[in-house]
Amino acid sequence: MMNEESVFFSRVLTELTLSFHIIYATIGVGVPLMIMIAQWVGIKKNDEHYILLARRWARGFVITVAVGVVTGTAIGMQLSLLWPNFMELAGNIIALPLFMETFAFFFEAIFLGIYLYTWDRFENQKKHLLLLIPVAVGASFSAVFITIVNAFMNAPQGFDVLNGELVNISPLLAMFNPAMPTKVAHVVVTAYMTSAFVLAAIAAFRLLKGSNHIYHKKALFLTMKVGLVFSIATAIIGDFSGKYLAEYQPEKLAAAEWHFETEESAPLILYGILDDGEVKYAIEIPFALSILAHFNPTAEVIGLDQFPADETPPLYIHYLFDIMVTIGMSMVVLSGLYWLGTKLKWAFVNSKWYRWLIVLGGPASIIAIEAGWWLAEVGRQPWILRGIMRVEDAATTSPHVDIMLILFAGLYLVLGIGSIVVLTRMFRKNPVEQEIEDRHVEKGGDIL
Amino acid sequence: MTLEIIGIFVLWTFLFGYLVVASIDFGAGFFNAYSLLTGKQRILTNIIQRYLSPVWEVTNVFLVFFFVGIIGFFPKTAFYYGTTLLVPASIALILLAIRGSYYAFETYGSRGHKGYSFMYGLAGLFIPAALSIVLTISEGGFVHMINESPTLDYEALFTSPLTWSIVVLSLSSVLYISSVFLTWYANKAGDLDATRLMRKYALIWALPTIITAGGIMVELRSHNLEHYENMLDIWWAFALSLLLFIGTVWLLWSKRSYGLAFVLLGGQFLIAFFSYGFAHLPYLLYPHLTIYDSFTNEAMAIALIVAFIAGLALLIPSLYLLLRLFLFNKDYVRGKKENNHA
Repeated sequence: MMNEESVFFSRVLTELTLSFHIIYATIGVGVPLMIMIAQWVGIKKNDEHYILLARRWARGFVITVAVGVVTGTAIGMQLSLLWPNFMELAGNIIALPLFMETFAFFFEAIFLGIYLYTWDRFENQKKHLLLLIPVAVGASFSAVFITIVNAFMNAPQGFDVLNGELVNISPLLAMFNPAMPTKVAHVVVTAYMTSAFVLAAIAAFRLLKGSNHIYHKKALFLTMKVGLVFSIATAIIGDFSGKYLAEYQPEKLAAAEWHFETEESAPLILYGILDDGEVKYAIEIPFALSILAHFNPTAEVIGLDQFPADETPPLYIHYLFDIMVTIGMSMVVLSGLYWLGTKLKWAFVNSKWYRWLIVLGGPASIIAIEAGWWLAEVGRQPWILRGIMRVEDAATTSPHVDIMLILFAGLYLVLGIGSIVVLTRMFRKNPVEQEIEDRHVEKGGDIL
Repeated sequence: MTLEIIGIFVLWTFLFGYLVVASIDFGAGFFNAYSLLTGKQRILTNIIQRYLSPVWEVTNVFLVFFFVGIIGFFPKTAFYYGTTLLVPASIALILLAIRGSYYAFETYGSRGHKGYSFMYGLAGLFIPAALSIVLTISEGGFVHMINESPTLDYEALFTSPLTWSIVVLSLSSVLYISSVFLTWYANKAGDLDATRLMRKYALIWALPTIITAGGIMVELRSHNLEHYENMLDIWWAFALSLLLFIGTVWLLWSKRSYGLAFVLLGGQFLIAFFSYGFAHLPYLLYPHLTIYDSFTNEAMAIALIVAFIAGLALLIPSLYLLLRLFLFNKDYVRGKKENNHA
C-alpha cells in the first residue's frame, strides 16, 4: 500500500525534475555552440557586432548554466534516492557512461570559468575562441553520455541474466546499444536547433520592441540560418528514430500512432482524438506509417494487439507525438522561408507578423523538446528497463517522497522565477545600443 | 592492491577534494554574511568574490563525481544509502541548488541584496551538517532492516551524541579550512585588512576543530568499538596529523608563511581523513555493507578505472590552467583588472 504511493510520487518527482532540468540543459548544450559560431564569424568577418553577440549570449548563458548545474546535480542524486533498486542494477552495467558524463561536465565547468573571466586578457581573440571549444565539446558530450544511459534503459543489452544474477557484463556493449545512435543524435541536434530558435526569438523580439539596430538583424539571420540546418537534421534523424522503434520497440511506435492491429500498408494517423477506443477527426495518410517504419509502403507494421495489455504504454502519447512533429516541421518551414526570403528580398519576412511567429518559435521549440521527452519516457511504460525491470519494482520504499516532492516543486518555482527575473533585468538595464556606445567610448576597453 | 581498494581510494580522494574546495566555498559565504552583519564587508567581499567566481561550478563537480562514482564502483550503496538518505540528501540538494544558482544570479546578474547574503551564508553551514549525517550513519546502529528494506531510525540518529559531534566538527572545520585559505589568499593579494581579519578567524576556529575531532574518537569507542580499535592501531597517523595542525597554528600565530600554513592544513586533513577512512574498512555501512560484497563486476571495475585515468589525463592539465590563471596569477588576485569579468 505504502509503496504504491512512493512509486507514484517518485514518478511525479522525477518527471518534474527532468522536465525542469531539460529546459536549462537543452540551452546548456546548444548555446555554447552558438556562442562559438558567433565568435568565429566575428573574427572571420572582423565584425565586432558578432563578438558582442557572443559576449551577451555568454552572459545570459551563465545564468541558465547555473540552474542547469544545480538541477542536474539534483536529478543525478535523485536517481539513487528515488530508484535505489534500479541504480543498484544499472550501476553494474551502465555506470561507465554515467561516470564519463561527470568528466565531460568537469571539463566544461573548468573552461567556462576561464572563458568568462578572460574576456580581455588575451590580445588575440582567436585564443579566446579556443577556450570555447572545450566548453562546447564538454556540453555536447555530457548530453551524449547521459543519453546513452537513457538509450540503455530503452534497449538494455550487454549482460545476461542467469538465475536472477547478472553475468557476462560488457560495459561497452551496454553503451553501444541499438537505441543509442538515433537517441544521441536526436537529442544533440534538437538541442542545437532549440537554442538557435530561442536566440532567434530574442533577436526578433528586440526588433519588434522598437530597436532597429543592425546588430539584432545580424543576430536574427545567423540564428535562423543555423536553426534551419539543425531543424532539417532533426527531421531526418527523427525519421531514423521511427525506423528504430519499428524494429526494436514496436509497442512504443504503435501506441504513439494508435496502430492497434498488425497490418501491411499501414496508414499514418495525424491528430485526432481517441474516444472509447475509436479514433475520430484524424488525418490518415495511407502507407505513411509503413514508410516511416520500414521505408517500404507495403511493409507490415506490428500493432498493439501483439502485446499483453499490462505491457503497453498509455495511448495519450499520440498527442505528444503530434505536438513534437508539428512544431518541428513548422520550424523547418518558418526558418526556411526566412532564409529564402532574406536572400530573395521578400518583404514579408521582415514584417511584424512574421517576426511575431519567430518570437513564438522559441518557446514552441522548448515545448517540442518537452513533448518529445515525455513521448520517449512514457512510451516505455511500464518498464524502467525495457523487458527487465518494471517501474514499481525500482522505486524507493521510503514513505517521505510526497514531502520531498513539495519541497522540490517549491525550489523549481523559485529557480524558474529567479532566472527569468535576473535575465530580463540583466539585458533590459544594458541594451545593446548602450553597450556598443560604451565600448566606443572606452576604445577597446573593459566594459563587460 | 585489489580493485575494491583502488575503487574506494579513488572515491575517497574525490570526497577529500570536495571537502577542501567546498569548505572554502561554504566558509567564504559565511564570512561574507558575517562581515555584512558587523559592517566589515568592504574588507572581505572583494577577496571572496574574486576567488569564488571562476571556480564555483568546479566545486559542485567534485560532489557529483563522488556520488556517481560510488554507484559505479559499489552499486549496492544505491540500495542502502539511496533508500535511507532520501530526506537528508534531498534537503542538502535543495540548499545546494538555492545556494549555487543564487550565487550566479548575484554575481552575474544584480548585486548587493543583503537578505540573500545571509541566506547564502547560512545555507553554507546547513549543507555540511546535512551531508555529514552520512558519516554518522556509516558507523552503524541507525539503519535497521525492516521488511528487507533499510530504514533510518531518526530518533536514534538525532539523540546520539555522535551525530552532533560530527555536525559540530563539520561546521568548525569548514570555517577553519576556509579562513586559513582566505588568510593566505588575502595576503597574496596584498590586502592587509582582510589578512588580519581572516587570520583572527582561523585562530578562533582552530580550537573547536581539534577538540571535536578528538572527542569523536572517544565517542566511537562506545559506539563502534571495531572502528575505534582500528584507529588506535594507526595512532601514529593521527599523531602526525596533530603535529601538522600545531604547525599550521604556529605559523598563523607568528604571522608568517601563510602558504605553507595552508599546505600543512591540507596535510593534516588529508592524513586524518584517509586514516579515518582506512580504519573504517572494510565497511561502507557498518555492519550491513562491506566494500567486498558491494563491489561491481570486474569488467565494469576495469572500464571505470580506465575511464578514470583517461579523465584525469584531461582534467589535471585543465585544472592546472585554471589555477595558473586565477589562483596563482598575481594580477588577477590583486584585482588589477577589476572589470574583466562577465
